[in-house]
Amino acid sequence: MAQRSMQMGMHTEKLSGKTQQRFFSPTEEENFLYPDGYDVDFNKRAEFDAGPLSPQEINLKLRELMGQGNGTIVMHNPGAKHSVAVGLLQRLNLHIKGSLGYFGCGLIDGPNISISGRVGWSCAENMLSGRVVIEKNAGSTFGAAIRGGDLVCKGDVGARVGIDQKGGTILIGGRAGAFCGFMMQRGRMIILGDAGKNLGDSMYDGTIYVGGKIAGLGVDAVEGEMTDLEVQWLERKLKMYGLEAPNGVKNLTKIVAGKQLWNYDNLEPTEKKIVL
Amino acid sequence: MSTKTQDVDKFIKDAAGLDTKREQEIGQHIGYRYDVNLVPDYSRITPFLEQYIEMMGWDDLNWLEDVHMGYEEGRPAIFDRNCNGWVTIPPELKLPEDQQGRDMLARELLIKFQMSKKHPLWDLKRAYKKF
Repeated sequence: MAQRSMQMGMHTEKLSGKTQQRFFSPTEEENFLYPDGYDVDFNKRAEFDAGPLSPQEINLKLRELMGQGNGTIVMHNPGAKHSVAVGLLQRLNLHIKGSLGYFGCGLIDGPNISISGRVGWSCAENMLSGRVVIEKNAGSTFGAAIRGGDLVCKGDVGARVGIDQKGGTILIGGRAGAFCGFMMQRGRMIILGDAGKNLGDSMYDGTIYVGGKIAGLGVDAVEGEMTDLEVQWLERKLKMYGLEAPNGVKNLTKIVAGKQLWNYDNLEPTEKKIVL
Repeated sequence: MSTKTQDVDKFIKDAAGLDTKREQEIGQHIGYRYDVNLVPDYSRITPFLEQYIEMMGWDDLNWLEDVHMGYEEGRPAIFDRNCNGWVTIPPELKLPEDQQGRDMLARELLIKFQMSKKHPLWDLKRAYKKF
């Protein structure tokens, strides 16, 4: 692999300077998919039994089936194995009949995944795009560092949901544990049930909507005002997943960053003085 | 950025965008140059984006809800997470009058660029992709 990158001149390239010019005309390119993705057809369907397979074998099996053009795959008996259905970087309908262990559906970019059971810690961590819908409950750090897409749990979830969230929408039909939205940077989180202590602690930006009771807000998390556009957006999003706000969308509590912690550059002038 | 920025062209007219005393003191704008919390107005969606959503099997803009038209060094630009940099908009391209229209344009352009073989990620994948 290193040899390949050497041949391409990637190790001799001068990296100074921040600007790289790439000539690209929007009218020339009309492609909806990554150039190296598998060409799959949603109408072509495959099923397999994950019971006797190891996590690595399951992930390789998914690639093999996508390589054969299957756009809809049904996985039976996942057996709560860890790190399953990870690194799927393209469009795909994946139906998982059962529960997943830790780090399921991580690092995905595009697929629609439905899980009929439960998931363990850090489901869909670092997800870039697509949809993951869990019918039952989820463990802690659900959607850790998620960048984009929709991550839905119709049941209850553990603590630190969306820790370090950098985009996307996390939707929880039930209750959520403590420290949800910790260090959230952008994106949206909707908790239709009750939220635990320290909600939105140290959040930089992003929005949290809560339908139930909030046990306590974290540092610099404050209530915000809902706009009409947000109401429309929330109604649309909840309808998509067959969910409803307990007292109506307009009565969700909106939490945003107070932005009093935006002092990460405060040291700069001091440092400059010291240098001078 | 916050509600303090009402003029959609503010960061084109004033690239530095130093408003507060604090920003002037450190010579640096604090925060984003657009409202990251702005949710999309679906009445403004373009035919290209509708086709993209259908192709992916989604019901809405999905990850593109987090894509907005930003402003970098006085030029309109889109932040592309796949190359960790700003992609500037050609000056000849006419910008819509409001931020929602600009956001839809940004989403469309970003998809076209990311899916192109001219995107830097294509070179990186060819060099380092494992399977």
